[in-house]
Amino acid sequence: MSTQSASHTISVLVSNKPGVLVRVALVFARRGYNIDSLVVSTQQDSDFSRMTITCSGDPATLDQIIKQLFKLVDVVRAIDHTGDQVIEKELALIKVKCPPENRTQVLEIVEHFKGVTVDFGSESLVLQISGGSDKIDHVLGLLGSYGVVEMVRSGKILMTRGASTT
Amino acid sequence: MDKKIPTGAEVIIQCLIREGVEYVFGYPGGAAIPLFDALVDAPQIKFVLVRHEQGATHMADGYARATGKPGVVLVTSGPGATNTVTGILTAQMDSAPLIVLCGQTISPMLGKDAFQEADVTGITYPVVKHSYLVKKTNDLPRIMKEAFHIATTGRPGPVLLDLPKDITSGPCTAPFVDEVDLPGYETPSMPDRNELQKAANLIAKSRKPLLYIGQGAVIAGAGKALTQLAEKLGSPVVNTLLGKGVMAEDHPLHMGMLGMHGTAYANKAVLNCDLIFSIGARWDDRITGKLAEFCPNATKIHLDIDPAEFGKIIQPDASLVGDAKKGIEALIPLVGKLDSADWVKECSAWRKQYPLRYGKQGGLKAQMVLDELDKLTRGKAIITTDVGQHQMWAAQFLRSTFNRSWISSGGAGTMGFGFPAAIGAQLGCPDKPVWAIVGDGGFQMTLCELATAVLQKVPLKILIINNSYLGMVRQWQELFFDNRYSGVDMVGNPDFVKLAEAYGVKAWRIRRNGDVKRILKQAMAYNDGPCLIDAEVVKEDNVFPMVPAGAGYKDMLIERPKQKMAKPTGST
Repeated sequence: MSTQSASHTISVLVSNKPGVLVRVALVFARRGYNIDSLVVSTQQDSDFSRMTITCSGDPATLDQIIKQLFKLVDVVRAIDHTGDQVIEKELALIKVKCPPENRTQVLEIVEHFKGVTVDFGSESLVLQISGGSDKIDHVLGLLGSYGVVEMVRSGKILMTRGASTT
Repeated sequence: MDKKIPTGAEVIIQCLIREGVEYVFGYPGGAAIPLFDALVDAPQIKFVLVRHEQGATHMADGYARATGKPGVVLVTSGPGATNTVTGILTAQMDSAPLIVLCGQTISPMLGKDAFQEADVTGITYPVVKHSYLVKKTNDLPRIMKEAFHIATTGRPGPVLLDLPKDITSGPCTAPFVDEVDLPGYETPSMPDRNELQKAANLIAKSRKPLLYIGQGAVIAGAGKALTQLAEKLGSPVVNTLLGKGVMAEDHPLHMGMLGMHGTAYANKAVLNCDLIFSIGARWDDRITGKLAEFCPNATKIHLDIDPAEFGKIIQPDASLVGDAKKGIEALIPLVGKLDSADWVKECSAWRKQYPLRYGKQGGLKAQMVLDELDKLTRGKAIITTDVGQHQMWAAQFLRSTFNRSWISSGGAGTMGFGFPAAIGAQLGCPDKPVWAIVGDGGFQMTLCELATAVLQKVPLKILIINNSYLGMVRQWQELFFDNRYSGVDMVGNPDFVKLAEAYGVKAWRIRRNGDVKRILKQAMAYNDGPCLIDAEVVKEDNVFPMVPAGAGYKDMLIERPKQKMAKPTGST
């Protein structure tokens, strides 16, 4: 594996101003970096928002991207949390083709991974799986043979462990 | 008697007055009328009506670079605003503080393709330091305060305000603001003590030190501190194109400009130094040439106010985040005299061995005209330039001896910059002589501002180095593309003297060596407004020394090579 494809999760605390998402996205786009997932939510103090960005590319470019992000007036903090002690979670909704004869096996998988069945149809199920991205990838792999109709993932969110802020 | 509630536009103009703005450069239009209306009641602010919005940005930029104060631009929406984009890029690349006020359609019509609507905030995101699309009239006092703060502090740059007409027409009841609250905006001041000590330790080991100074030193006004540091260490100094003037170029330790068209002796010093200390410069590709071969064995120290510059091009051995002046002042007590006497001698020998030269035969040479001008101005004039061969010759032959006396578009390389920038510089510095050195190509991009110069009665002098070619591109085509000239012949140039006279500008033409001194002197003595000299120089001449783009310093060409050259590999 080359470092080219290393995945990084960056947490960006921003002032909740119009255009801030465009400014952040432009920093990535200008340097040819792909954003794999992006989650934006307001903070307890609505003046600020948190962006959690998953992206992949070469580390030297990423270092420059983080510096350029930090340079934006509306960015308060930008930290690459790759390798840090953090809690990372993601949520996925997965619609699986599921005629009655397959149900037991699919529900077994859901139960094993502490998922929830959020829609129960005669020919399909919608499953909600949350946890680490690896876990969701794994569940998807297992469900593949039954036929995944569609899927939506929330993108990764992240928080540091302990009392320090992310 | 009830107190009238001011409009947003009136508050904006009051904010400009509170910020000490003397000049606003601009051009009106429908969406900006409330702002122009408010200007009527503000005689403290002089409005400079330009002939094209690009000119307004370059004038504001020239004013900012000459004075250190922010330049203010006021234009209308749509095309008025998009015409400022080149000027905004130019300011952003060279860290010049600009405030660009753009009219905009009324907010209910935003995004509905209204007349003269353009998403100017969106178009300019990549070229501004910051921008605001103002949604509430009562936000204006805060935004104006923030805009000036952001434009002028840290690494300066352009700030754009997109101002819908209903916002500028509406009543503003919010009070003026004196403090800013920008949690995401930090302005480093003094480098970290440990990094300073680390830099001092690295410097102590050097026997062949070299200070490499750029625009950051100019902005910080670091000249005195730099001279003191160079003298204390016994270190030669080179400057970038934009670093000219902050340390007097006639100082014995000053080696002139480095880089693609730097002096041979400056570049020899770069090639041979064992430590290179960048002070407010950013290892631009015009400086480094082939990066892998740029000072590979020298220790590198980098002082910059913008932490994003560290590791962008090179990984420094010590990174000093802070203001160039304060950083050097803090470093001076930590360093002592170096054992560099032999190195200084070596550098002096190169200076004698490889002086700047030009052929005295075969017609009027641009270098000769500029050399003569240097003898007359003696580094005491403000020089602005356009972009191309004349710019490089001017950088080589015109010594700059005081800070903010050299104004040139470096990073963006914007043709058309030099002349309007000179108007701004002259308005900002009415007591100093100002010369705009331009080429026949670039001058034609913004020459409509002759009318502005006449109206403002600025006594600036325009010197056209006229070779009827886009000379720098022609030089590349001659040297690297087998003489296959393409799109560089300026056939159809106007008679610049008659053109100037049509605007009411005094003008002369120089064709012979014998006329140079006399006409330059006449221009210097002329103070009834702008004047112009059309110097018809030899058509085909090349700027040397030259480090071809993407080549290393060891491949520097001091004169025209006999053999055919390979196509350059470096950027542009």
